[in-house]
Amino acid sequence: MVLRDMLGGFLALFIAVASAGQTHQYKLGPLEIDNPWSRATPGAAPNGVVYVTIKNTGSTPDRLIDVASPAADQTQIHDMKVQDDVSSMWLIGEMGVPAGQTVTLAPNGPHIMLVGLKKPLELAQTFPLTLTFEKAGSVTVEVTVEPAGAMAPSQGS
Amino acid sequence: MKRGLLLAGLVVIAAILVTSVAVLLLEWRARETHQTSVAAIGGPFSLTDQDGKKVTDADYAGQWKLVFFGFTSCPEVCPTTLSRISLTLKALGPLGDKLHPLFITVDPERDTPAVLKSYTEAFDKRITGLTGTPAEIDAVVKAYRAFYQKVPQGNDYTMDHSTLIYVMRPDGQYETLLRYDDTPAEMAEKLKPLLEQG
Repeated sequence: MVLRDMLGGFLALFIAVASAGQTHQYKLGPLEIDNPWSRATPGAAPNGVVYVTIKNTGSTPDRLIDVASPAADQTQIHDMKVQDDVSSMWLIGEMGVPAGQTVTLAPNGPHIMLVGLKKPLELAQTFPLTLTFEKAGSVTVEVTVEPAGAMAPSQGS
Repeated sequence: MKRGLLLAGLVVIAAILVTSVAVLLLEWRARETHQTSVAAIGGPFSLTDQDGKKVTDADYAGQWKLVFFGFTSCPEVCPTTLSRISLTLKALGPLGDKLHPLFITVDPERDTPAVLKSYTEAFDKRITGLTGTPAEIDAVVKAYRAFYQKVPQGNDYTMDHSTLIYVMRPDGQYETLLRYDDTPAEMAEKLKPLLEQG
C-alpha cells in the first residue's frame, strides 16, 4: 500500500518535472499554442516579429482572426518569401487553422509583425501577445525574446 | 511500312539536330550576355554615410566590400542578414577587418544617417550604413543590377528588395556574390581565400 503510494508520488513528481520543460505551451480548447518567440531588435528598428506554432487537435477548423500586443502600435499577420533572390512581404490579416493540422509561423514564412515598437525588444525579456480565434476565443501568451539573428527558439519546438 | 519507319526516323533525327543547334545558339548567346552582366555589376555611386558625410565609391577603394541592400523597418531579412554578416566577420578573425560591409538602404525616407548608425552598430561596428536621395539610391541599385520596390500596406509601406550580397574587390570590380541562405561558416569559407590575397 505504502509502496503504491510512493510509486504514485514518484510518478506525479516525474510528470511534473517532465512537463516543466514544456512550460511554453498554451491550451485553448482544442488548440495547442507552442513556443511564441521573437527577436531582439536594434535600437533604431521600428518593427519586430513573433513566431509561434498552433496545433488544432480538434475536428473543427478554426481561424486566427486577430493578434494584439501592447509591445507595438499595431500587430498584424504577414507572410513573406524570398524568391529569385528578392524578398517580399505582405499583409494576410487572418490565418486558417485546419482541423487536425499544425500551422507554423516561422522564419521565411508567415509571421506576426509588430509594427511600431514602443521600445526595443531586449534579449531574454518577455512580452504579452493576445491571439484571437474565431471559434476557440482568445488567449494571451508570453513571447520570449531570442537573439537578434535567431532562426529558431532556443527552447526547441 | 519500312519506308514509313525510315521517314519517321529521319524526321526525329532532324528534329534533334535542329533542337541541338538552337540550344547551342541560345547557350552561346546567354554566355555572352552573362559575361556582359557580370562585368557590369557595381560602379560609381554618390551617397551619404551614417555619420551624415557625403561619400562616393572612391572612399571605399582599396578595401574588400560586401555591398547589400535593405531597410531598417524590415522585420526579418535585414536583421538576419546583418547578423549573418556580423558572425561571418567574427569567424574570419583578424581577416575580417579587411572586409567592409556596406548596408545601403532602399528606404531613404525613413532611414536617416542616425537611424542607420544605431541599426548597424547594434550588429557590428565594421558595418557602414549608407543612404542618399531617392535618385542616388535608384542609381546605386541600378548599378548593382539589384531590385527594390515600395509596396503600400494600409497606411504604411514595406520594401521588396534584393537579398544578394555583392562581394566587391579593392579595385572596385565585382568578384562574386553571397546568397540569403548561405550560412556564416559558408560565407567565411568563400571569403577567406579572397581576403588572404590582400
